[in-house]
Amino acid sequence: MLSLPPVQKLLRQLPAGSAGQPKPPVGGDTAEEVTSPVLATEARQPACYSALRADELRPLAGPEPVVATSTGPLSRHDDLKEMLDSNKDSLKLEAMKRIVAMIARGKNASDLFPAVVKNVACKNIEVKKLVYVYLVRYAEEQQDLALLSISTFQRGLKDPNQLIRASALRVLSSIRVPIIVPIMMLAIKEAASDMSPYVRKTAAHAIPKLYSLDSDQKDQLIEVIEKLLADKTTLVAGSVVMAFEEVCPERIDLIHKNYRKLCNLLIDVEEWGQVVIINMLTRYARTQFLSPNQNESLLEESTEKAFYGSEEEDAKDAKAEAASLAKRKPYVMDPDHRLLLRNTKPLLQSRNAAVVMAVAQLYFHLAPKAEVGVIAKALVRLLRSHSEVQYVVLQNVATMSIKRRGMFEPYLKSFYIRSTDPTQIKILKLEVLTNLANETNISTILREFQTYIRSMDKDFVAATIQAIGRCATNIGKVRDTCLNGLVQLLSNRDELVVAESVVVIKKLLQMQPAQHSEIIKHMAKLTDNIQVPMARASILWLIGEYCEHVPKIAPDVLRKMAKSFTNEEDIVKLQVINLAAKLYLTNSKQSKLLTQYVLNLAKYDQNYDIRDRARFIRQLIVPTEKSGALNKYAKKLFLAQKPAPILESSFKDRDHFQLGSLSHLLNAKAVGYQELPDWPDEAPDPSVRNVEVPEWTKCTSREKRKEKVEKPFYSDSEGESGPTESADSEPESVSEESGSSSSSSSSSSGSEEEEEEEEEEEGSGEQSEDKEEEEKRPKRKEKEGSRKAAPGSPPEPGSPCSPSEEEEEEEEGVKKAKKKAAQQGRKGHAETSSEEASASESSSSGSDSGSEAEAKRKKAPPSSRAGPKEISLLDLDDFTPPPPQPIPSSSIVSTSLVTDLEGLTLTDTSLAPAMLSPAFSTVRTYELLHRMAGEGLSVEYCFSRRPFPGDPHMVAVQIQISNNTDAEVKSLRVSEPKPLSGMRIQEFPEIECLAPGDTASVVMGIDFCDSTQAANFQLCTHTRHFYVSIQPPVGELMAPVFMSENEFKKEQGKLTGMSEITEKLTLPEKCRSDHAIVQQVTLAANVGRVPCGADNEYRFAAKTVTSGSLVLITLERREGAAAQLTVNSEKMVIGTMLVKDIVQSLAQ
Amino acid sequence: MIHSLFLINCSGDIFLEKHWKSVVSQSVCDYFFEAQEKAIDVENVPPVISTPHHYLISIYRDKIFFVSVIQTEVPPLFVIEFLHRVADTFQDYFGECSETAIKDNVVIVYELLEEMLDNGFPLATESNILKELIKPPTILRSVVNSITGSSNVGDTLPTGQLSNIPWRRAGVKYTNNEAYFDVIEEIDAIIDKSDTKIFNLIFNSVEESDNFCVSVASVKKFHLPLCCYLQNPRLLDDVSFHPCIRFKRWESERVLSFIPPDGNFRLISYRVSSQNLVAIPVYVKHMISFKENSSSGRFDVTIGPKQNMGKTVEGVVMTVHMPKAVLNMNLTATQGSYTFDPVTKVLTWDVGKITPQKLPNLKGIVNLQSGAPKPEENPSLNIQFKIQQLAISGLKVNRLDMYGEKYKPFKGVKYITKAGKFQVRT
Repeated sequence: MLSLPPVQKLLRQLPAGSAGQPKPPVGGDTAEEVTSPVLATEARQPACYSALRADELRPLAGPEPVVATSTGPLSRHDDLKEMLDSNKDSLKLEAMKRIVAMIARGKNASDLFPAVVKNVACKNIEVKKLVYVYLVRYAEEQQDLALLSISTFQRGLKDPNQLIRASALRVLSSIRVPIIVPIMMLAIKEAASDMSPYVRKTAAHAIPKLYSLDSDQKDQLIEVIEKLLADKTTLVAGSVVMAFEEVCPERIDLIHKNYRKLCNLLIDVEEWGQVVIINMLTRYARTQFLSPNQNESLLEESTEKAFYGSEEEDAKDAKAEAASLAKRKPYVMDPDHRLLLRNTKPLLQSRNAAVVMAVAQLYFHLAPKAEVGVIAKALVRLLRSHSEVQYVVLQNVATMSIKRRGMFEPYLKSFYIRSTDPTQIKILKLEVLTNLANETNISTILREFQTYIRSMDKDFVAATIQAIGRCATNIGKVRDTCLNGLVQLLSNRDELVVAESVVVIKKLLQMQPAQHSEIIKHMAKLTDNIQVPMARASILWLIGEYCEHVPKIAPDVLRKMAKSFTNEEDIVKLQVINLAAKLYLTNSKQSKLLTQYVLNLAKYDQNYDIRDRARFIRQLIVPTEKSGALNKYAKKLFLAQKPAPILESSFKDRDHFQLGSLSHLLNAKAVGYQELPDWPDEAPDPSVRNVEVPEWTKCTSREKRKEKVEKPFYSDSEGESGPTESADSEPESVSEESGSSSSSSSSSSGSEEEEEEEEEEEGSGEQSEDKEEEEKRPKRKEKEGSRKAAPGSPPEPGSPCSPSEEEEEEEEGVKKAKKKAAQQGRKGHAETSSEEASASESSSSGSDSGSEAEAKRKKAPPSSRAGPKEISLLDLDDFTPPPPQPIPSSSIVSTSLVTDLEGLTLTDTSLAPAMLSPAFSTVRTYELLHRMAGEGLSVEYCFSRRPFPGDPHMVAVQIQISNNTDAEVKSLRVSEPKPLSGMRIQEFPEIECLAPGDTASVVMGIDFCDSTQAANFQLCTHTRHFYVSIQPPVGELMAPVFMSENEFKKEQGKLTGMSEITEKLTLPEKCRSDHAIVQQVTLAANVGRVPCGADNEYRFAAKTVTSGSLVLITLERREGAAAQLTVNSEKMVIGTMLVKDIVQSLAQ
Repeated sequence: MIHSLFLINCSGDIFLEKHWKSVVSQSVCDYFFEAQEKAIDVENVPPVISTPHHYLISIYRDKIFFVSVIQTEVPPLFVIEFLHRVADTFQDYFGECSETAIKDNVVIVYELLEEMLDNGFPLATESNILKELIKPPTILRSVVNSITGSSNVGDTLPTGQLSNIPWRRAGVKYTNNEAYFDVIEEIDAIIDKSDTKIFNLIFNSVEESDNFCVSVASVKKFHLPLCCYLQNPRLLDDVSFHPCIRFKRWESERVLSFIPPDGNFRLISYRVSSQNLVAIPVYVKHMISFKENSSSGRFDVTIGPKQNMGKTVEGVVMTVHMPKAVLNMNLTATQGSYTFDPVTKVLTWDVGKITPQKLPNLKGIVNLQSGAPKPEENPSLNIQFKIQQLAISGLKVNRLDMYGEKYKPFKGVKYITKAGKFQVRT
């Protein structure tokens, strides 16, 4: 208190007095009131303490009262010192509690430091904790003494109890004493590799503390951060990203390797960590991915061309069409970008407003236009929260609603204002309402505004009038209505309302003055009554500006104003001079004398601005001998056409700040704000994110995986399977590595097994939450990942897929190969793991070992993993350096590609790369609305074969809408779906506006109920309705399932008799090769290849989307061209149709 | 992130301060006081204030300002949400979040704040974890502590802090499994003058309190299908979940699958959109008028129940903020009692239960300040009510499945419909 600045002292005087005196009764009250005596006993101590004088307490403390009083206030803590020195823990605790209470009240307790520090090693954990609290608070002031405690913490760092280790590190790092920086550094480094994730978390927290103490340690700290970023536990993730943001936000390169892991862990990280990670990832994505909205603007022409091309040339040249198709969507979202969007979306459902806001800003900044809409609902939900939350959310909504009005339009009513809202909330809601106003809803909004105008809250009324003005300028249709309404307000009793209306009317009139001389006249009359200076000034300006329209009134007004000139406010005086000057120029006969008079009055005004203005104007308008050339132009100067002001939102250009940030809220750059970078023109190499454990194909693999993991609801089952697997795989890896050192395939399988081990570690602790499974799945799917990347690379045979990954693996492979070169000799071939078996099988096509190994296969996906990688590794020689940015094929095909490739892996190696290119054509597009029928709007659809997000029972239909008209097509949406019974349609989010020549691509989900009945619905634009229908080919009603051969056989055994449909067919010439068959089958139906021992048999499996019934397909090749197709499915109709489709497809 | 925290009461007294980094002088609060003065009304104090060296982010809860000092860029909602969480925790620990409660338990408050933030970054905010670290004050414990000198600070790391389910304590055991669900639905509505309802949204929350057995090794799960036979599956327009709910199950099957936290907690909050035209259970007939050039006005309000499925509307309270010009009101209520506070100009009418036979009515004369112009706006009526045993949206908790146990757990469901922000414009 002594050191407080005087102002503060003054401020404190009141509270201190008021707190001091009523205190004793308060203490007494609580004792009486509170029924639980606990509250009273526990609490009374500090309260009493604060209430009693120091000398009153002294008798309690014990001897030496005399000494205490003599030494004065400084040593008044003697009693406390005594208590701290005693042997009894309870006394120490009591003393510490009082000291903490002092700290809490902001009182200085620093003179107790030596007495307190002694107790740092106290056994009692609560005393210890309180000592820590004290230490952290005062260590900075008493650095030398603080050093005494360090050794205790150093001991604590070695404690077997993780809690003690963690808390020792926490306190040690919180002591802001520069001398111990090296000790802290050591402790952090050690803790960063601690066994306990909790201690590692604490280490992550300690990093920014050390950094703020000594920024020279940055480099070393970055190393620690890098290490902790690689940590796989959710506990650490949030804290380390926090440290990253504080220490080295510019080192975006550290994130690459951890990007996918962070995305996948995100949902399990605690909520605070989620916020930090999401914000960081937003920035990351802005630097690493291309703008998802760019193609809409950039590639209009190419779209158009493609359209005409396909129109005129028709199907003449299939290749050309494929090319144009590829050309049409040159932008394909990076799968990692998609991963981020997908993994953050569920967090919109979080109970924590900060998380919801973080996701919302991420979507706003990163998602394609069509997808941003999902955040509106969640943001509107937040409006029901505390008023502070509302305040922040509304600010952000206001910014968003300028850019994407359509997003919030459905929730217009949620922004209606209650009379009980605080004014600041009212004004923000008003802002949003104004932003949302358009021609369709303006009438309701204006009616709502009418209610607001009569509110008792005058600030709010003023804001409403401003809002009406803005609506009037933005929407021409209602300008007259608004103007009339405002003019009516001019007769309002409240002056503020009138004044505000005048100001707004002035702005509106400026747009079309000629028609409104009546209003101007009316306003001229108001000068007698209105006293608000701003309003008077506005009226005068209006009359001056449009004096031609009111030739009779203007001089009269000037006369009146001249009379009251001396009593006016400055701002009004200036406008009077202005009016006088203008009148002098247009109507000098009537106003010459008046003008002279006004100018003379102004000449002697107290305000120098007014004197200046008068002198200046006199020189300008009154011709004298001396007056210069400017005189001639006076009229031009004064009566020039003035552009009408644009009334726009104050949130107009706030969107360059990252939404949800402090800087956005303040509309000024806050300290430490990280600028949200612009999208790059060229995407940086996406392969930097590839880790040894790539995490591609999350979604598809998850779906597949899910079926498999359904059973182990509890962790045990997973845990059980763990050890056996590892027992198998470990020796194999050794044998493999030593075995086939010549081919680099060994290394790959080796590294895989390492991952397997990791998996099992995690598996044992798993709670069977699928979230956790997510984490592991990607690793298992590693190979598929690489395969998925494959289509991106050029399709010519021999060139590798997913280059960077290959590089890495290659490197690794070479190293290991060198090491093991000595240990030649193949042994333990029979032991080889399933994946390895398939690898060897595929590499040496036709080797019999495969069929043996097959029997062992438990997991289908790994069984077919190694394929494509194998290819690249074998073709090492003509390995060409990867293109910097492999453009992945259109994302639509992703799933089908995977499924295709799933089947391919077992076929001839040489064929596999060739397979990649035809995969493009697997996406068949169908026409939904012809260009002619749709009056220039053409709509195509295709089955993307991806699981529909949000409902696994729906078939995802990718719809491509092109606007070939030369007008905008607005509010494209699906309406009145008339599905047959049971059928469900999930419409795509409404497309607000489609510019001419633009193409939009949206996804809708349809649950066809496993029937090929068409789904009918209306496609609406703002003007027209089109009846359209989507009829699915039977092959699209299913999703691939992955199973092992054994499973397949078992399932097939169950589906005999009625459920089996067999058909004989002859394979045409070109359709006899393995890959052609596989391709044709997967083209006809969305099925997954099942590994098969016999090489003249092909098996595929799928599940129907709605009911999940299995569909098993077997194609057996006989001699020559003959073949037999068998389909097993309990859905006989589907089975029959499928047979027909496949036969047709194969016969082509 | 969060640098310091000051707790300030309504009279501007800083009664608690806590610093997580270096100490920030109390004088920083002067900027806050300045803003507070400018805002006049406590509700209008801007939550974010920028000062030359710091940013102040504050919330107002239970007559206490929680003012946090920030030095660098941080999402404001992050801080606001955290401060509310702090207030919730106090409420949880002390039964109320008042100045006296905080002052009386200052040591516990300090310990809590110490655990909740580390270097300004939230560390442990789950109430179950905190309760293991720092035991809330109870009668028995304080007696024992005062005798034995033992502390109320736990000495082991709460297991929740290490697991992915931080909301659940380990080792919770009950003799019988019981789960109680409170389905509380709130109707938000603005009813316009012409009695056309402008919009009504139902915001609701299912609160759940359970008493559930968990064996030490594994965690049991509930499955709780939520009214599967709803005519409209999209009845729940927007949902937010407690983190324990498995989002995927919800997405795919509309089933709430979760590992319940121990104790009371809010399981889900949902919103039913206005499209699903939900009947508003009460109607209000009103006639409020102020005569020009006279110092009196008429006030006549009748509240009646609409179709409410045979349930009684109870706990009806009407509050009206009368215009400033109103001096006093002379009213007669056919039911319940009314009060008018001439200082704040708030009229409160506690109606109680509505019986359809005899509709409650409040009628009388309003005395206006003589000479003052007549109020332009008629005041809005804010209405509260409660209907037991009814979830107005039609939501039902259908079934409760439990994994790993053969028997059916006890399930209790209570439905309540309440008025949320229910306003009638007149």
